[in-house]
Amino acid sequence: MSQALIKFQDVTKTYITGPVKYQALKGINFSIRAGEFVSIMGPSGSGKSTIMNIMGALDTSTTGEYLLKNKNISNYDGDELAEIRNKEIGFVFQSFNLLPRTTVVENVKRPLMYDGVDKNQRYERALEKLRLVGLVDKANNLSNHLSGGQIQRVAIARALVMNPSLILADEPTGNLDSKTAREIMKTLVKLNEEGVTIIVITHEQNIADFSDRIIKLKDGLVASDKKTRKR
Amino acid sequence: MEIEELFLLAFQALWRNIARTLLTMLGIIIGIASVITIMSLGAGSTESIVGEISSFGANVLTVSPGQSKRSPGGSSSIVTTLSSEDAEAIEKLANVEMVSPVVNKGKTITANSESTSVQVSGVAANYTLIKSLEFVNGGFFDEGDVLSAAKDVVLGDEAIEELFGSDAAEFVIGETVRIDGRVFQIVGIIVDSNEAYVPLTTAQTVLLGQSYLDKISVYVTDGELIDVVTLDIEELLLDEHDIDDPQAADFNVQGSQTFVETISSVTGTLTTLLSGIAAISLVVGGIGIMNIMLVTVTERTKEIGLLKAVGAKDRNILNQFLIEAVVLTVSGGIIGILLGVSIAFIASQMMNIPFMVTTSSILLSFGVSAGVGIVFGYYPAQQAAKLNPIDALRYE
Repeated sequence: MSQALIKFQDVTKTYITGPVKYQALKGINFSIRAGEFVSIMGPSGSGKSTIMNIMGALDTSTTGEYLLKNKNISNYDGDELAEIRNKEIGFVFQSFNLLPRTTVVENVKRPLMYDGVDKNQRYERALEKLRLVGLVDKANNLSNHLSGGQIQRVAIARALVMNPSLILADEPTGNLDSKTAREIMKTLVKLNEEGVTIIVITHEQNIADFSDRIIKLKDGLVASDKKTRKR
Repeated sequence: MEIEELFLLAFQALWRNIARTLLTMLGIIIGIASVITIMSLGAGSTESIVGEISSFGANVLTVSPGQSKRSPGGSSSIVTTLSSEDAEAIEKLANVEMVSPVVNKGKTITANSESTSVQVSGVAANYTLIKSLEFVNGGFFDEGDVLSAAKDVVLGDEAIEELFGSDAAEFVIGETVRIDGRVFQIVGIIVDSNEAYVPLTTAQTVLLGQSYLDKISVYVTDGELIDVVTLDIEELLLDEHDIDDPQAADFNVQGSQTFVETISSVTGTLTTLLSGIAAISLVVGGIGIMNIMLVTVTERTKEIGLLKAVGAKDRNILNQFLIEAVVLTVSGGIIGILLGVSIAFIASQMMNIPFMVTTSSILLSFGVSAGVGIVFGYYPAQQAAKLNPIDALRYE
């Protein structure tokens, strides 16, 4: 059994808005190994967005530890978290994935710019990932001239461009028709087969079925954590 | 992240909203253009006035009576007057070529039924040499006329036109005019002038009834010696007037240089004042920039969230928006400079003054517009930079 890429240990998260305290996570424990394809499911209010935010280094836990590649990043400051997001995590969101009126290749290149990668290498590296998702011919198109499925594939290319430890997809097919949704999920499956760790947050069972493990949440706790029989 | 990329991104972002960008820049454009125009016209008119004064001759000194600083109860109160003896004494000084004593007063001149108000000066015959007067017709009176207190008058062509109508300069030599009811014969007409000159003696005895002088023009042999002669005259007159304390002097000695300095200082102050007023519009423009940048940050909240998600640090966002503001103001500044220079050029042609744009005013405008961008762009950029990525991503 390979080492855990992600480890949640008694992670809690409490939101305080004025006098109101709300505990979104009440002690989450699980770990994910490199190369896994995991779906995190749950109804709204179950805490899946909170988990996604913490896992994506967009937010930190209130108590407990979040270990990413054995580093506890729970106490990182803003700039350190930005660097983790840049280098270790590739995001695919449900909507607003791309900068408006900016070319496809500019969008894919952007994380490389924040990492200070040499300008001449960026274009090549972006094209390489666009080739992987089959959109190399759209490299110089403006992002707002793409279809919903193409946008998600560009987002995947951008998520891959830094060769991160994991791809974190938050309802990646939420805005797509079922045929396109299947295509996107197949793209993710293919990447996973090539060794990329993929975590999908979804509330749709048929989407979760593409993964090889499903963690179900309920009321801020892990309700079940099972391998699927698919693979 | 290289700075040139940020500039490119800023241009792209501003280009996407070109109409808004131009309207936002308008404040800066107007501010910079007015500062450039005012500074240029100020420099041009100073140059023009200085040039005119210098043409009087760099070697002319003017001695005028001044207020004595001694108490009114002092020995003699008549010392505030320059006398013909003073003029004669000055003429004997070394390096003094000519001296022309002057008395003057505003008078009404009549001819037929027309009348006009002019400054009548009583001067010596050599005054025409000192001032290099140019004649349309006739000439100046001579020393004999001055000694005999002849009732001759030399009139400016503008006064002639008032009295005799246009083109009268051709035939009015020898005609008569009346000054204070006394008849004077026109002997000469000078170019571009509204003045009247009569022999000194005539002015003193017939017109003004005063023995003292209003001014003494001194022509120095060499312009280089003007300071030396100034000191000599001061020393001489203090002695003549029996004054020990130079602070108590009852006269002033001024070269044209002094006038130049005074005029330059006045126009300089005016230019600074007007530029200051114009600069207020830059502040107003800056506030407009801040306002629009705040709107931009709000509009692009999701974009900022996305950029933070893919690894942008706070300072990356800060720099991006700050550079956007600077590009906005500097572009406005460049357009303003071009506009200001054009306006200054057209205005200087119309005002008939030299067209002068200094490199320093252009560099200053450039710097100021960049400065306005930094100062007024900082707050919105900071607002953008400190956005929480989760809130920004969720912003609707």
